Amino acid sequence: MSDHFEIAGRRLNSRLFIGTAGYPNRQVMLDAITASGAEVVTVSIRRISLEGYAESMVDMLGSDYVLLPNTAGCSTAREAVLTARLAREALQTNWIKLEVIGDRETLHPDVIELLKATEELVADGFTVLPYCNDDPVSCRKLADAGAAAVMPLGSPIGSGMGIANPHAIELICSRSSVPVILDAGIGTASDATLALELGCSAVLLNTAVAKARDPRRMAAAMRAAVEAGLAAREAGRIPKRTYAEPSSPQLGLIGT
Amino acid sequence: MTQHIQVNGKPESLAASTLDALLRTKGVAPGAKGVAVALNGQVVPAGRWPETTLSPGDELEIVRPFSGG
Repeated sequence: MSDHFEIAGRRLNSRLFIGTAGYPNRQVMLDAITASGAEVVTVSIRRISLEGYAESMVDMLGSDYVLLPNTAGCSTAREAVLTARLAREALQTNWIKLEVIGDRETLHPDVIELLKATEELVADGFTVLPYCNDDPVSCRKLADAGAAAVMPLGSPIGSGMGIANPHAIELICSRSSVPVILDAGIGTASDATLALELGCSAVLLNTAVAKARDPRRMAAAMRAAVEAGLAAREAGRIPKRTYAEPSSPQLGLIGT
Repeated sequence: MTQHIQVNGKPESLAASTLDALLRTKGVAPGAKGVAVALNGQVVPAGRWPETTLSPGDELEIVRPFSGG
């Protein structure tokens, strides 16, 4: 039973990656991250406030978690590559969640720029985890370009719409040469379970926990959800059928 | 005429001769954890801040990790 998976040779036991944005306060964030059981925690890279800088994410989380910086907000390969290089310098990690956004409203990835940035960063020694479309061809091209995992969206970032096209995600998982991490769109625990059932190695989420009424409890629910999804996948679900199949014995019925 | 540089997208007069000196005026100590700097699109590792001189027209990005998803 594969209770762990690997990205670029790094063993990961938790199937949950969690974000650090949008929590009611810092303590709730820290508690929620603990409750989620996540080992990988995402952060963004932003200009420092020139009036001095507040307590750093590194000091808060750096010793206990794998910090995965993102290139959120970038809309060209050029911006994303520089952000990744700054992130590597700031955090002393070559892991990058590569995000190149092609549409400010839907936050859908720009596949062309994403592929370009992936090639450039892989050549520069990065472990690239691209946030991408739920399209098997884009995912294959990113993996061929050297991405260490692919991270297709379930539905738009922050939408909570869950996995809009489970068939596409299942197809991607069945054909991918690298781990698939469902990124974006998770709204509740059953969405995370479904991702694992469909074959994803892990789920990356943020808003579903940060903006839940009780982020700590939702984080614990997500932890249980990915565990359940993985266990169900490995247990092997029954085939779907379009008509009934009685579960009680058909012999020994009274009146026969 | 005052000479200017761009720091995080904002123009300011060039008052420091090295990157290290400029960062100190911004409250960024040498070896500050989590801070990274790019000069004209190229990352300057912290170890090279003291020897990196600034010239008029330079564009600096000074960043750190922040909350994110």
